[in-house]
Amino acid sequence: MLLSLEAATVRLGGRPVLDAVGLDVAEHEVVCVLGPSGSGKSTLLRAVAGLQPLDSGRVLLGGRDQAGVPAHKRGVGLMFQDHQLFPQRDVGGNVAFGLRMHGVGKGQRDTEVGELLELVGLPGAARRAVAGLSGGEQQRVALARALAPRPRLLMLDEPLGQLDRSLRDRLVVELRELFRRLGTTVLAVTHDQGEAFALADRVVVMRDGRIAQSGSPLEVWQRPADEFVARFLGFENVVPATVSDGAADTPWGKLPVPDGSPQGDRPLLVRPAGVRLVAADEGLPCAVTARTFKGTHVAVRLLPRDGGPPLEAACALRAAPEPGAEVGLAFDAAEIVVLG
Amino acid sequence: MHNKTLVAVATGLGLLALPVLTGCGSGDAKGSAADSRTVTLVSHDSWLVSKSVMKDFEKKSGYKVKVLKSGDAGQAVNKALLTKDNPQGDVFFGVDNTLLSRALDNGLFQSYEPKGSGLVLPQYRVDQDKHRVTPVDTGDICVNYDKAYFSEHKLTPPQSFADLAKPAYRNLLVTENAATSSPGLGFLLGSAAKFGNDNWQDYWKKLKANGVKVVDGWEQAYYQEFSGSSEGRKAGGDRPLVVSYASSPPAEVIYAKKRPSTAPTGVSQGTCFRQTEYAGLLSNAKNTKGGKAFLDFLLTKEFQEDMPLNMFVYPVREGAAVPPDFVKYGPQAKDPETMAPGTIAANRDSWVKSWTSLVLR
Amino acid sequence: MDVARTEVAAARKGTARGSAARLGLMALPVAFFAVFFAWPVAAIVARGLKADGVWQFGRMADVVTQPDIRHVLWFTTWQALASTALTLLLALPAAHVFARLDFPGKQLLRAVVTVPFVLPTVVVGTAFLALVGRGGLLDDLWGVRLDTTVWAILLAHVFFNYAVVVRTVGGLWAQLDPRQEQAARMLGASPLTAWRKVTLPALAPAVAAAALMVFLFTFTSFGVVQILGGPTFSTLEVEIYRQTSEVFDLSTAAVLTLLQFVAVGAILAVHAWTVRRRESALRLVDPKVTARRPRGAGQWALLAGVLLTVVLLLVLPLAVLVQRSLDAPGLGYYRALTDADGGTFLVAPLHAVWTSLEYAVAATAIALLIGGLAAAALARRDAGRLVRGFDALLMLPLGVSAVTVGFGFLIALDRPPLDLRQSWILVPLAQALVGAPFVVRTMLPVLRAVDGRLREAAAVLGASPWRVWREVDLPLVRRALLVAAGFAFAVSLGEFGATVFIARPDNPTLPVAVARLLSRPGELNYGQAMALSTILMVVCAAALLVLERLRTDRTGEF
Repeated sequence: MLLSLEAATVRLGGRPVLDAVGLDVAEHEVVCVLGPSGSGKSTLLRAVAGLQPLDSGRVLLGGRDQAGVPAHKRGVGLMFQDHQLFPQRDVGGNVAFGLRMHGVGKGQRDTEVGELLELVGLPGAARRAVAGLSGGEQQRVALARALAPRPRLLMLDEPLGQLDRSLRDRLVVELRELFRRLGTTVLAVTHDQGEAFALADRVVVMRDGRIAQSGSPLEVWQRPADEFVARFLGFENVVPATVSDGAADTPWGKLPVPDGSPQGDRPLLVRPAGVRLVAADEGLPCAVTARTFKGTHVAVRLLPRDGGPPLEAACALRAAPEPGAEVGLAFDAAEIVVLG
Repeated sequence: MHNKTLVAVATGLGLLALPVLTGCGSGDAKGSAADSRTVTLVSHDSWLVSKSVMKDFEKKSGYKVKVLKSGDAGQAVNKALLTKDNPQGDVFFGVDNTLLSRALDNGLFQSYEPKGSGLVLPQYRVDQDKHRVTPVDTGDICVNYDKAYFSEHKLTPPQSFADLAKPAYRNLLVTENAATSSPGLGFLLGSAAKFGNDNWQDYWKKLKANGVKVVDGWEQAYYQEFSGSSEGRKAGGDRPLVVSYASSPPAEVIYAKKRPSTAPTGVSQGTCFRQTEYAGLLSNAKNTKGGKAFLDFLLTKEFQEDMPLNMFVYPVREGAAVPPDFVKYGPQAKDPETMAPGTIAANRDSWVKSWTSLVLR
Repeated sequence: MDVARTEVAAARKGTARGSAARLGLMALPVAFFAVFFAWPVAAIVARGLKADGVWQFGRMADVVTQPDIRHVLWFTTWQALASTALTLLLALPAAHVFARLDFPGKQLLRAVVTVPFVLPTVVVGTAFLALVGRGGLLDDLWGVRLDTTVWAILLAHVFFNYAVVVRTVGGLWAQLDPRQEQAARMLGASPLTAWRKVTLPALAPAVAAAALMVFLFTFTSFGVVQILGGPTFSTLEVEIYRQTSEVFDLSTAAVLTLLQFVAVGAILAVHAWTVRRRESALRLVDPKVTARRPRGAGQWALLAGVLLTVVLLLVLPLAVLVQRSLDAPGLGYYRALTDADGGTFLVAPLHAVWTSLEYAVAATAIALLIGGLAAAALARRDAGRLVRGFDALLMLPLGVSAVTVGFGFLIALDRPPLDLRQSWILVPLAQALVGAPFVVRTMLPVLRAVDGRLREAAAVLGASPWRVWREVDLPLVRRALLVAAGFAFAVSLGEFGATVFIARPDNPTLPVAVARLLSRPGELNYGQAMALSTILMVVCAAALLVLERLRTDRTGEF
């Protein structure tokens, strides 16, 4: 285990920002911590880096307790949300900073800086001034700088937050490739679940200083642990239900549930893909209230005729009905998850 | 670990620096204490003696003289009083009769009767039983008048206190603040000596009605308001009467760009107040032997005759010659007002207070 | 949840180290302040108020109720208020001109405007006397004499403090984003309303801070009142001087000192509060962006008006000084400076220039060390209230009478290893007391503006705290450091009050030499005094001009 957090607690202003958090990151693993703002994600990174002392609990790097070890001795890399490039130095000076601190000689420094800049897609940019860089370029320089001293653990704070959509999508792929190639252990935090899912081997969802769920992106996506995680992931079709045997009583009627689901009063999630549009008299009668184009599919909002909360369905581009149309809904048990 | 180093280094540097710096500086002080070949004189800024005279003393006595000038007369005395438990020197010169009681009552000096005390003219002697101070020089605070003005206006210059209150001399006199200036105080004391405790206020009321102008210091009065001094003339001074020293007319002659045949200013003989300056051996002085030798030196003929042209004062030693320029252009006052130091001490503060509210407010 | 004690202790050690570093930074400034300011002042106050080992607090009531003292208190406050109002009135338009208008010679003008601030009072008093006093310029031209009125004092105060308002208010004004005003105008506000509702509230803290500083300086004004006021006008500071130095009534002086302390402390507390407000939450931009050439008759008229005021009020007195120094044929007065007349000085008066420079270098070094450490401690994000209180405390020497400090030195620093009474280091120490606050004021905003996360980024990359400071803070504050040094240097050159009490008389500084020359008879001495003053003026102006080139927008003012 490269990184281990044991019951790490940080209190700021009286309330616990990190509340007895336990986390393990194995070597070569890419873990993304996902959560809304205020959930304690950045504090987690700072605590591991040594910039924020723990009120209780331990941080172990490579099996060693890091209590009393100052930030500059921990051997971790941290890439800040707003990059924090040193304004007085050029690109090469920034990237070489960590190497200088570790006493690497000038010749070797120059070589490594050149290699790193190529790696991040900015070949030959060493002499450029920091002030003239675009957002994407700054981000790459920050990444190169964090990678230069070969940290055993690389931490990223909102790595793609500042960039526009197309750049973001492209960089996610590049980063994943890079990490895989270098075998870097990465701990990233973000509030964007698309980013987290694209980048991570494992996703950890945080809420109010606690871990709500930890698992591979697929696991978390298919089986959110509770209502909070489900809603955070963007699912809207969450309703309270009473589960007995293979069915659940919900405001939308009786829905089938997969085998082995927990019984009793639980929240229930229907993924949009599990809501099939059928003829109005064949399923739950609903009216279409809105349609949103999502690129690969259309998200259709539906309101049941007999009351009950609105829900969302995913339709193929050509099959999406107009707002106001009357449709019927059928539900696929495979896309239904009993939460909690 | 590194923060602790920083703390240690910072405090260490600070603690180290201090002795190093003080070592640089107080080398002199330590030297003079341990090395009893140096005698230190504490005085006011107007102390002056010819280099040759001083060298002579140093050669004859074997002591080296260090001079510490500390402000004007009042400041110097006060500083000496503040530091009397651990004085900065051995001998103090420059306490005058107006401040004498303050010095004596606070135990500033220790007893010593210098050689040559017997030759001090009797009218200057003081503290006969304890001999804590030695008179060194004397001067008179008198009203000076601008000869040119009075001859132009065909007016006789005033010659007495009472004259100054006469309407003929309206708006012609400038004096200094008695609270802060030595000549100003001297003039006040002179009037108190002349008219007595009960009547000097009336006199000043008359003076005020007669348009007397009060300024803060002697420099301003003499160099700017007085029409008789060369600078005053340049500055457009319009007051031909100023409270100054009896030695000011000779100074005008000696320092003039072109030496005139007669002094441009004169002294109103009846307006004078005697000021005597004293010196003494400081209690707790480190080098008492040297201090005593220096006090002896102050009464020698050589020093006494050197004083007039340097400090513009008159000698107190019998038989000491006054330079011919002084005699020609500024004779010593014949019959100045005097006041016992004890009387001055008893009344000074209350007199200055009532003077201030009478004249200034 | 049971957590082992060792773990808790281990986590706590982290925070303890942080505060140890903070305390370490503060150690030297606190020690300096305690030994060279608090102790001497306490000693002289105790000497006054403690008779035979018993505190005479009753004295305080006695002194305060005396009508003379009440009159002095009233006059001190009144003339400070009037001076502040007059300065604001005359200097605010200039602040606007410096902030928003661009014209050739702007840097030179800013240096010129600042020169009066660092000149010693003896020079200023003499210059004003030469202008408005007997035989002065106004007297020659129109027969007007102001030296017996309170106007001379007020005008001299404006002369001194013009720069404070121009730099403080102007500095902030230049950095206000004009787009804020433009946004208001897009929403329908007239130009005047937009200015009133957007710019003025943003400027208010700077105006308040500047006004408080001017009030502080004029409240504690000494030399100006003494020289120009004559015997009728007396402020608290002049009264303290008289009581201590001439009347030798130490108990009254002690009470007045305490009174002044309280007043100055209150002023400084309010000032600290306004400074904090000013430094928060404002959108600041590069001042180079906001200044442009004057457009329209109104702006040209404003520029002309300000230039006229500067010439009449600031340049003219100094010009009279220079003119008087040139009165002798063939620079006679200047040449006379090079030989000792064996009387007033043991060495040539010109030697005083060298002495002043030596002292100034030493004083600047001390002020930079003390002020720099204090600024570094104060700039930390985790600076607690105790440390911030020290910020105000460091400014106290600006408001305490120099004679109190000087006499305090005499009675406090008289035993080894601190028997510094005759040590040359005493003068730079006293000058550093006045210079350190300027260093702190200049460097603090710059240090605070350094993003803490930049330091964290360096730390995570492997830089120890010392290297963090060297690699991140130092390059960013280097310029501010130079400006602070320059200011401390200029202030030290012009310092007069404390120096005249504790300087070794055989080794006078420039201002002390000027005072000495003025007190001696003869036009030769007066002329030499004028020549020395001119030299002092030129050196100060040169130092300040260099400063102007080095200033950045972030460098703090008052």
